[in-house]
Amino acid sequence: MGKEILRVENLTKIYPGGTVANYKINFSADEGEIHALVGENGAGKSTLMKMLFGIEEVTDGKIFLRGEEIHFANSTDAIAHGIGMVQQHMMLVPSLTVAENLVLGIEHTTGLFVDKKQNVKDTEEISEKYNLKVDADKLVRDISIGMKQKLEILKTMYRGAKIIILDEPTAVLAPQETEELFEQLLNLKKDGYTILFISHKLNEVKYLCDRLTVLKDGKSIGTYNVSDVTVEEISNLMVGRDITLSYDKDETEIGDKILTVDHLNFVDKFGTKKLDDLSFSLRSGEVLGIAGIEGNGQKEAMEILTGNMKCDSGSIQFKGKDLTKLTIGKIRDTGIAHVPEDRNLDGSAPQMSVRDNISAASLKKFTNKFKLLDQKKIDEYCEESVEKFKVKTSGLNSMIKSLSGGNVQKAIVAREFTQDADVIVLNQPTRGVDVGAMEFIHKKILEMRSQKKSMVMVSADLAELQALSDRIIVFYKGKVVGVIDDVKQTTDKELGLYMLGLKQDSKEKLMEA
Amino acid sequence: MEMFLKLDFWFTVFRCATPVLFATMAAMIADRSGILNLGMEGAMAIASLSGVLASGFSGNLLVGGFVGLFCGTLFTMILAYFIMNMKANQVIAGIAMNLAASGGSIFALYSITGDKNTSNSIQSKAFPSVEIPVLKDIPVLGDILSGHNVLTYLAFILAIVLFIVLKKTKFGFKVRAVGESPEAAESVGIKVHRVRYQTMFLSGLLASFGGIYMSMGYINRWTAGMIAGRGYIALATNAMAAGNSLLGMFASLLYGFGSSIAIYLQNMNMDPYMVTMIPYLAIIVFYVLFSLYYRHKNKQHESL
Repeated sequence: MGKEILRVENLTKIYPGGTVANYKINFSADEGEIHALVGENGAGKSTLMKMLFGIEEVTDGKIFLRGEEIHFANSTDAIAHGIGMVQQHMMLVPSLTVAENLVLGIEHTTGLFVDKKQNVKDTEEISEKYNLKVDADKLVRDISIGMKQKLEILKTMYRGAKIIILDEPTAVLAPQETEELFEQLLNLKKDGYTILFISHKLNEVKYLCDRLTVLKDGKSIGTYNVSDVTVEEISNLMVGRDITLSYDKDETEIGDKILTVDHLNFVDKFGTKKLDDLSFSLRSGEVLGIAGIEGNGQKEAMEILTGNMKCDSGSIQFKGKDLTKLTIGKIRDTGIAHVPEDRNLDGSAPQMSVRDNISAASLKKFTNKFKLLDQKKIDEYCEESVEKFKVKTSGLNSMIKSLSGGNVQKAIVAREFTQDADVIVLNQPTRGVDVGAMEFIHKKILEMRSQKKSMVMVSADLAELQALSDRIIVFYKGKVVGVIDDVKQTTDKELGLYMLGLKQDSKEKLMEA
Repeated sequence: MEMFLKLDFWFTVFRCATPVLFATMAAMIADRSGILNLGMEGAMAIASLSGVLASGFSGNLLVGGFVGLFCGTLFTMILAYFIMNMKANQVIAGIAMNLAASGGSIFALYSITGDKNTSNSIQSKAFPSVEIPVLKDIPVLGDILSGHNVLTYLAFILAIVLFIVLKKTKFGFKVRAVGESPEAAESVGIKVHRVRYQTMFLSGLLASFGGIYMSMGYINRWTAGMIAGRGYIALATNAMAAGNSLLGMFASLLYGFGSSIAIYLQNMNMDPYMVTMIPYLAIIVFYVLFSLYYRHKNKQHESL
């Protein structure tokens, strides 16, 4: 390990509203080190990184780079000082090519025009040099998430970054892609790059990193050598208790097919085939997990299933009706509830109150004979839901966006789980919520399972799928390529092979799905 | 139907398309950077009036043209300030500015000249028409394409320039990045605000060209309400063109085609008020057809 390159002293961030996101944080990173920042959601990891990258203003405290104190007015400043950041949400322009994205803002020009050849050449050179393979001529919207990530890393290096911040880079990758990424990161480390690795996946931290700094409630708990601590110890430092994703499932009886998805096809606006003759079915009383790298049709399938999108052809049979022909309202009436992927976009109306958000799906139940709403009944129902689902809120009247992510999600789950629906569609039910809320939602899902509800669950978290599902199907390029009946016996590696399209089950087996 | 056979008819198509083409490009450059510029109508009104006034008082065509462009662009920059620095809603701010411009321009005309509706007391200069060498001698084509106002040629040349700028230059890349994904642009150090001010400046300038063409080329005086929705119709032609200024040229010609029909029918003693609807109806119809086509092509599935 080299000498110290970055040091942070008593760094504090207080948002204008008075929220203390970071309080007196201390840590340092060395040249040629992979340094992990771990902590639960809301522990202040992202805020800290944003301050280091100049996106957020520092309220108090100091940042030292190579021993000199620095102040960043904006991210351009940070880039000029050799700090690059790959954010969770990719910062790429979809309709430009890989090369155009790489050189965006600092393009080579010949006279008045952008020198396309030189830009492509640069891209190929840097891609070669660091062994991060990208297709320079492809449009960004057509490349895989894994390649987008490589492009983002190359972008920071092309701009001269020596310190690279990675914000949960593996959240969207298949296990094999993660392995590949790690290999490349270790190579960069050998070349003397410093990598700040934000994650809450402790196994990854253990495998990849040299040291780690634990954040909790906006404070730094301490910095440790990774080799000195066990995963359990880190977990304890982060949450104060052990979290395991293993639950006792009730023995339930899986019944007959209750919902059948039949030869769905869908082509998106860019002409990409998102669903390719997709067929599968859901049996009554089971939790059907759907695995797959993002963008392989899971989202579209769920949106079509719940009526939020229309398919090009195919049908979905449920209780003798074809759901693809019905409106969202009618689909809900036939007994399907839906926890959408994005809680702020589709899951809730952020500006409205907790009460309005929870009661929105069941207003029909609360009308009196004049078709006016019975406020008292609504309040009763909402209070009960808030209590049962442990939604932490200052009151039913507070705007739902003032709640933390985990609590918003719990409120949505409360709304959907109290619909008395036969089938519940769960799309990323615990994405970006803290561990406590995740555990709670998982328990509720299993509770619903014990009540003989059937569920379809899309998740990017393989551990979650394995812990909850009775059966897992894997999506690849809009098709089911794998069916795993024995969920307990499967491994990340096996799922990963399916997810990358390297393994495919026989036709007969897929027919059963 | 015999009007379609007249060369004059086709000449008029280009003449009528010119102001809309300027406005279409104005809408397009703002749109590509992620701003909905609704203020084109107002910028055109202001530019057309100030151009007439300045050229009348100075007796100099270029002074008039410059003042027209300056005032129209300034108007657009004020709108840009409202949208970007004051965080005003772009639709509300745009419409408010347009209403202010339509009333304000009449007020200005009245207080300066005493005229109420038309700038009759001012002798405005006009941009000249030019014959294109070689081209003018080609039969049919020469009659249609030669002898137009300088500004008409400028509009069509600028459309080609704009196409190249957006597609090939560093500035064009910045504009497209800012319009499509401002966060991504920001993260590589592109100053989103600055780029948007630049595009709004160009947008204002282009719209102002459309304005001075109306009062110093198309006709030779200023009349209240003479822009007559051309700044708004450009939003539709821009949507048809989908960010491509060559297609924008085509869309503007469709408008010109409708206008030309209207002018001919008016001469044939059709009710003038009904006839003035034609170009706008034509654009609506074409826009619907285009949208259907794009939808078919893109399979854009909208969620409910």
